[in-house]
Amino acid sequence: MNRAKINRLKDKAFKYVGLFASVVGIVILSIFIGFVIYMGVERLSWDFLVKLPSRIAANSGIYSAWMGTVWIMVFTTLISFPLGVGAGIYLEEYGNKNRWSSFLEINISNLASVPSIIYGLLGLGLFVRMMHLGNSILAGALTLSLLILPIIIVSTREAIKAVPNSIRDASNALGASKWQTIWHQVLPASFGGILTGVILALSRAVGETAPLIVVGALVYVPFAPQSPLDEFTVLPVQIFNWVTRPQQEFIINAAAAIIVLLGITFIMNGIAVYLRNKWQNKMQL
Amino acid sequence: MDSKTKSKQPKTSQVETRPKLDSKSQSFKLQAKNVDVFYGDFQAIDDISLNILENSITAFIGPSGCGKSTFLRLFNRMNDYIDGFNMNGNILLDNKDIYDPDVKVEQLRKTVGMVFQKPNPFPKSIYENVAYGLRIQGIKDEELIESRVIKSLKQATLYSEIEGNMEKQALALSGGQQQRLCIARALAVKPSVLLMDEPTSALDPISSGKIEDLITELKKEFTIVIVTHNMQQAGRVSDNTAFLYMGNLVEYGDTQKIFTNPEKDRTQNYITGRFG
Repeated sequence: MNRAKINRLKDKAFKYVGLFASVVGIVILSIFIGFVIYMGVERLSWDFLVKLPSRIAANSGIYSAWMGTVWIMVFTTLISFPLGVGAGIYLEEYGNKNRWSSFLEINISNLASVPSIIYGLLGLGLFVRMMHLGNSILAGALTLSLLILPIIIVSTREAIKAVPNSIRDASNALGASKWQTIWHQVLPASFGGILTGVILALSRAVGETAPLIVVGALVYVPFAPQSPLDEFTVLPVQIFNWVTRPQQEFIINAAAAIIVLLGITFIMNGIAVYLRNKWQNKMQL
Repeated sequence: MDSKTKSKQPKTSQVETRPKLDSKSQSFKLQAKNVDVFYGDFQAIDDISLNILENSITAFIGPSGCGKSTFLRLFNRMNDYIDGFNMNGNILLDNKDIYDPDVKVEQLRKTVGMVFQKPNPFPKSIYENVAYGLRIQGIKDEELIESRVIKSLKQATLYSEIEGNMEKQALALSGGQQQRLCIARALAVKPSVLLMDEPTSALDPISSGKIEDLITELKKEFTIVIVTHNMQQAGRVSDNTAFLYMGNLVEYGDTQKIFTNPEKDRTQNYITGRFG
């Protein structure tokens, strides 16, 4: 066999290895989603969404769980968005580039990979006990904010880095102050990327269970929270609770709740993709 | 005529004696006095002094890396952002040192506008591009803004081409139109000096020709300093030419003289294309 033939063979082999790898991922995910939908779809109904949890599986709903998720997400967004984006802007636009800043950069990236349970323990010590917030929505949201802050900071920095310097030069040369340049040029140009990062980080937070259990999310909450200082549960915790029950009916409940949770994350990711495309088109025109 | 003989010799007078540039009766718009520039340990500009007349066009020429862009960017303090930037000496605008601590750099840049090598319009409409400099000054009067935008676009000879399309995306314009838009944008804030850093190097010959015509036209109202790689361009548009080499000012004077009868061999060699 000559070289060309061998190369062609290698080409083909790699193509099929790649195909196999993609198919494995897609097939397993589809089976999983299909199975969950098959199990849970019969349980999905308006009642299921607006009823409180109960000891009787058929009467149970996820009202308090998804309300808790919404409360948690709203507060997590309110806390992590300004902090994360602010930190990203500072590090990229104001911070000096020196050894200290690269040390900081490495550590922020490291923080993004710290196991979430560790953040849960930090939240328990800091927010629940020291700040006496109790096992409240606020304590949970603060904990989740800590968890996703590194992701938001890193993606904000990446988005800001992608803005060409010629735009900053043009704005500065017209007599704009640093903040005017950031506000009128850099942020609009990078906003798509920033939003994408924030939403992807939030959709990670939606699915987090461990840190919220540590912080004290309850497994049985027969009321919808009324204020940020109320106790709460969230969808993943409710699902966790149901799948640990021996009765089959609760497993079906869990499957239905998983469908709702998946729906929420898909919608959030969809919004992220939409915003990214919208902003990209706007920039390229 | 003592043009500056390099090194060793003690610096004599601040005002250099050069044809056209030594006259006491004329006021100098811009002056550089014994300027050194360092980027970290690297010396980019080595003790350059030169005067620029009001309403004249001055060209900086020289091979890549000779420091001409760095020197140009001193006049609106655009080097301030570069890591490790450091300078000695003085840069005077209307006899005031622009590196004085009490000078507001934003204010300075409204007086000293700049056009860059690559057209860099904002990803906004044509109108908003030109209006930007006014909006950031806090001007709210929409009539005033509109009249200034139109006037600037006319000055930049772009208005006739885009009339009625001012809401169009600026990035949809051709390269040459974008560059004239950038000039209009700079003119809108009413500067008295316009710095141009190789404004035609990214453009085709026809677009370049239009910009050159425009530059000659703008001389009536503005003091223009232009960096160029294009020898013919320097010869065509400028009144005075400065030849820089390795951070030093080799020769500075009347463009005609520099191009026909330069005093230094190095200038001669560069202009005739023997190096650089």
